[in-house]
Amino acid sequence: MRVSVQWLASYVDLPPEVRGREIAERLIAAGLEVESVETLGAGLQGPLTVGKVVRIEELTEFKKPIRWCQVDLGSEHGGTRGIVCGASNFIVDDLVVIATPGTILPGDFHIAARTTYGHVSDGMICSERELALGEDHAGIIVLPDGTVGDDAVELLGLGDEILDIAVTPDRGYALSVRGIAREVATSFDLPFNDHAMALADLPAPEATDAPWPCDVDDAAICEMFTLRRITGFDPSATTPAWMRRRLTAAGMRSISLAVDVTNFVMLDTGQPLHAFDGSKLRGTVRAGYAASDTRLTTIDHVERVLSPDDIVIRDDSGPLGLAGVMGGFSSEIDSTTTDIVLEAAWFTPRRVAQTARRHRLATEASRRFERGVDRVLAPYASAKAMQLLLHYGGGSYVGFTAWESPYEPTRIVMASSLPERTAGMAISAGVVAERLTAVGCEVAGSQGDGADHFTVLVPSWRPDLIDPADLVEEVLRLGGYDELPSHLPAISGGRGLTERQRKRRRLGLWLAGAGLTEVLTYPFMGPADIAALRIDEEDDRQRGVTLANPLSDEQPQLRTTLLPGLAAVARRNRSRGADDVLISEMGRVFFTTKYHDLGTTVIRPATTSRPSEDELAALEELLPHQPEHLAGLLIGQRVRSGWWGEGSPVDWAQAAALARGCALEIGVHLQPRAVHYAPFHPGRVAGLYLDDICLGYAGELHPAVLLHWGLPPRSCAFELDLTVLLDASVAVSHQTQAPIIATAPVAKEDIALVLDAGIAASDVAAALTDGGGDMVESVRLFDVYQGPQVPAGQRSLAFSVRLRAEDHTLTGEEISQIRELMLAAAAQRCGAVLRGS
Amino acid sequence: MSAPNRSYDPVGVAALEPQAVGEAVGQALAAIEAARDLTELKDVRRDHTGDKSALSLANREIGALPPAAKAEAGKRMGEARRSVNEALERREGDLAVERDLRVLREETIDVSMPTDRGHTGGRHPLTTMMERMSEVFLLMGYEIAEGPEAEAEWFNFDALNIGPDHPARTMQDTFFVDSAESGVVLRTQTSPIQMRALLERPLPVYVVAPGRVYRTDELDATHTPVFHQIEGLAVDEGITMAHLKGTLDHLATMMFGEGISTRLRPSYFPFTEPSAEIDVLCFLCRGESVGNLGSPCRTCGSEGWIEWGGCGMVNPRVLEAAGIDPDVYSGFAFGMGVERTLMFRHGVTDMRDMVEGDVRFTRAFGIEV
Ligand SMILES: [Zn+2]
Repeated sequence: MRVSVQWLASYVDLPPEVRGREIAERLIAAGLEVESVETLGAGLQGPLTVGKVVRIEELTEFKKPIRWCQVDLGSEHGGTRGIVCGASNFIVDDLVVIATPGTILPGDFHIAARTTYGHVSDGMICSERELALGEDHAGIIVLPDGTVGDDAVELLGLGDEILDIAVTPDRGYALSVRGIAREVATSFDLPFNDHAMALADLPAPEATDAPWPCDVDDAAICEMFTLRRITGFDPSATTPAWMRRRLTAAGMRSISLAVDVTNFVMLDTGQPLHAFDGSKLRGTVRAGYAASDTRLTTIDHVERVLSPDDIVIRDDSGPLGLAGVMGGFSSEIDSTTTDIVLEAAWFTPRRVAQTARRHRLATEASRRFERGVDRVLAPYASAKAMQLLLHYGGGSYVGFTAWESPYEPTRIVMASSLPERTAGMAISAGVVAERLTAVGCEVAGSQGDGADHFTVLVPSWRPDLIDPADLVEEVLRLGGYDELPSHLPAISGGRGLTERQRKRRRLGLWLAGAGLTEVLTYPFMGPADIAALRIDEEDDRQRGVTLANPLSDEQPQLRTTLLPGLAAVARRNRSRGADDVLISEMGRVFFTTKYHDLGTTVIRPATTSRPSEDELAALEELLPHQPEHLAGLLIGQRVRSGWWGEGSPVDWAQAAALARGCALEIGVHLQPRAVHYAPFHPGRVAGLYLDDICLGYAGELHPAVLLHWGLPPRSCAFELDLTVLLDASVAVSHQTQAPIIATAPVAKEDIALVLDAGIAASDVAAALTDGGGDMVESVRLFDVYQGPQVPAGQRSLAFSVRLRAEDHTLTGEEISQIRELMLAAAAQRCGAVLRGS
Repeated sequence: MSAPNRSYDPVGVAALEPQAVGEAVGQALAAIEAARDLTELKDVRRDHTGDKSALSLANREIGALPPAAKAEAGKRMGEARRSVNEALERREGDLAVERDLRVLREETIDVSMPTDRGHTGGRHPLTTMMERMSEVFLLMGYEIAEGPEAEAEWFNFDALNIGPDHPARTMQDTFFVDSAESGVVLRTQTSPIQMRALLERPLPVYVVAPGRVYRTDELDATHTPVFHQIEGLAVDEGITMAHLKGTLDHLATMMFGEGISTRLRPSYFPFTEPSAEIDVLCFLCRGESVGNLGSPCRTCGSEGWIEWGGCGMVNPRVLEAAGIDPDVYSGFAFGMGVERTLMFRHGVTDMRDMVEGDVRFTRAFGIEV
């Protein structure tokens, strides 16, 4: 809402020294968000004078059209002056605004007499932009009325200050000059002159013709509906300059006198008005429900299909407009309209909001009706509009018809101590009553329940005041929030982070310590991302959740894997010159659940009491499955090249070590198994298992995927289901038993085996470990050989084995016995034979 | 080496003459002193104390002496050999120290060379900012509450006193999951966690909820469709707005330093009443830049205060929706943008830097903000 200080002054007699900045500060303290204060024509010094164009000579010898004009400024201002002008939107006898030499225009633009285009230009004819009044640079200002020689500074409203206020949804009343002026009056402790509610000079209707009949279908959608009729209006009448100026300053365009008047009164009082062309109406005009499947073309020339949920204005011919939102094209006033029917009404905010939303329309009217218009204002506002129309457009007042349901002001009973109990500071009942009265409430005291209570009648323009808490806010904000004391509540001890929260943080630190940089990507993806992964139709990652209104048509769904997001970030880093990119992310992925169709059983429990457990369960049922994942992407060198020698590239083993290391860090031992899993290299990816549950994958990415992603070959990645991992970790929390640290000497043995190349090294190690029994401290693969020295299809695996007894030094005999058992197990389970035997 | 010994005749009894012994000792001591390293000293030891050395040979002659002379000769030889051995030990010790020093000297390398064989990681500053802010509350006894990002509309709107046709519902540009009628949205605020906490936890409730939220804004320097908020909620008997102010002041002090406080301005949120905007005193200029054209402040735009978030007393209607009696319990809630906090606390000027994942941005913050 843009409101001018001069306009505010029509309601509040502000001392002349009060500037916009001070008004803004007071309003901010009162809870209105003043975003800016600007001065119209800021920087202007010296006079601007109204002049009349006497003669125009077109100069044609230049690249663009130039006019050499004679302009009469009146005898006091030197009579007729010659001025060169580049604009051509004016004719002889037009009134224009002249800056004479010596004047400084906004932007420090000094006007002087100078020779240009072969003539001495003795001043300048001004455009809106040159005066910082608007952006209109196309032409100069042509005044609709005025007197030659008059001061144009005042005529144009220059020097007035404009406050731009962002109005929160609760303060519908602040979408009017009247409402803001009331806050100004309260905050400066000045009287408020509510002239919007005055009907003093209303002319008597000339009952030469019947006033227009009106009716309402249902008070649930419209509590007041009024029509006021004028005939004999002059359609060629123009909007007075002062009103145009007000509208322009408020950010509205001037259209025609009739439309301008309705807009002006709406800005002034907050009451939206609609003007019909009476000649286009048929029969009773009523506010009501739309018939289904009827059509209406609104004044924006859009044909709209109506639904019975829409509220409309209609007559015998059909719908005339969307009630409280936008009028219809068929009954619109035009340049020939002489018969005007003014509609002013009060529509139910919720119904206007629904209608506006269904038609994706947000208008000045709907914004006000949604937030609540003053319930009793309509007849006053339409009277004011009528007065203006009659004054500037002539015609006669035919009459007024109205439909109204009874109005009862909202009554709130509030404990007088509630404000001080809420604030945590003393506020006397007297102060409470005083401040509520300043807001416009009627406050009556009463004794009930042994406690002091106030019965508060809420003013018609404050539909946002419903609960005692709303009144508390009024009391506190008028006192100013700066009065509030500051102290901490006494809290009994909390339990700190949950196990999961602590472990999640630990993983974040661990990954950073391992050299990975955390990124936070958007969780959006699309069919192209899925296709790039080379996953099949049955894959879970195809079961993504779709957004109804995605930002991009290319990524209409929520991610089911973190890898595409990481790939995009890696590509961005590479394109900015990074060679090695080691990144990780922890975040949610989203799957539709198989068990129900999303959204088929939408429930909205009442909010007046706690929902039942069934209702809460039904709400949870609506939600997609959204576990957290943890993933990493590794590109380039793990160990960099340097003075120490060649570096080493990232590899599948590093990816697996990171994934397994994460799990181990929080107490979960994941075992690798050979699997096929896109988008990984089919022969270089490990499924990471806890017993028979796969928690994720790690390995080298598929070369074709990397090519598609534009990332270098051999890049690696891992992705874990963090939710399941944390579950597993929490399950083993606090269960670690201290190991017995044996101090007897260790015996080290090497065992080299030859066996089928397809057998997993981990299976062989497990066989050796199991075969050797309790004395086996560790079995570690240290060499792999495949080549001419072993038969084709076989390979040699060499393990270093550490044996130790708890209580004695192992004898040579014991060692060879254990060794034999290990070999036997490897032979039996894996078909391994001792190399060289 | 030890060439002087060659002319010496080891077979004479005269070897036991005091003068001859003295000469042999003198020669040995000189040779020991002359040894330049442990290898040379080893040769000197062999030549002057070995089986064929003058002193060893002389010592062997003692047996041939008449008994009366044996004792004296034995004593003389003992002293002579002791002095040589002592000198050897001493010299060996010195030379060993010298050798060790030399080895260390020779092993000197240029320690200014780069040491970064591996990579340095980092945590995203938004993550660590949420942790740091949460920490302030954990220390006061709050706990961290969580909730889903794809959230039921009921939790995101209805339960927070934002009815289906509430203007605030259109103000927030909401991503709808599946369809506009599915009842599921990407949460537009962390506030639904408030309602979850009130439904799930026994009273009193003191929680903070950091998390990711979504609005349908296109990414630019000042907007992002995916961002982070941290929300706080206290519901207990006797909670007042003064407690809210005290809590926010404490947070401001912990985040920005001693003497940094907050200012509340009346505002509107459907789930709080009264409601307020939170401004924090500019930690850089502490308000000194206001009206001081000579030293403008970029952090607060010379306003002195920085907009930080919103807050208020929990609307009794929200308490009722959670089945809590507003006549017995009251509460406060507040929330602020994590991106915004990072921007003004650390001079981030473009929202995209926090979104794009450029590792240079994140690494600058290390593992903490
Ligand atoms: Zn500052």
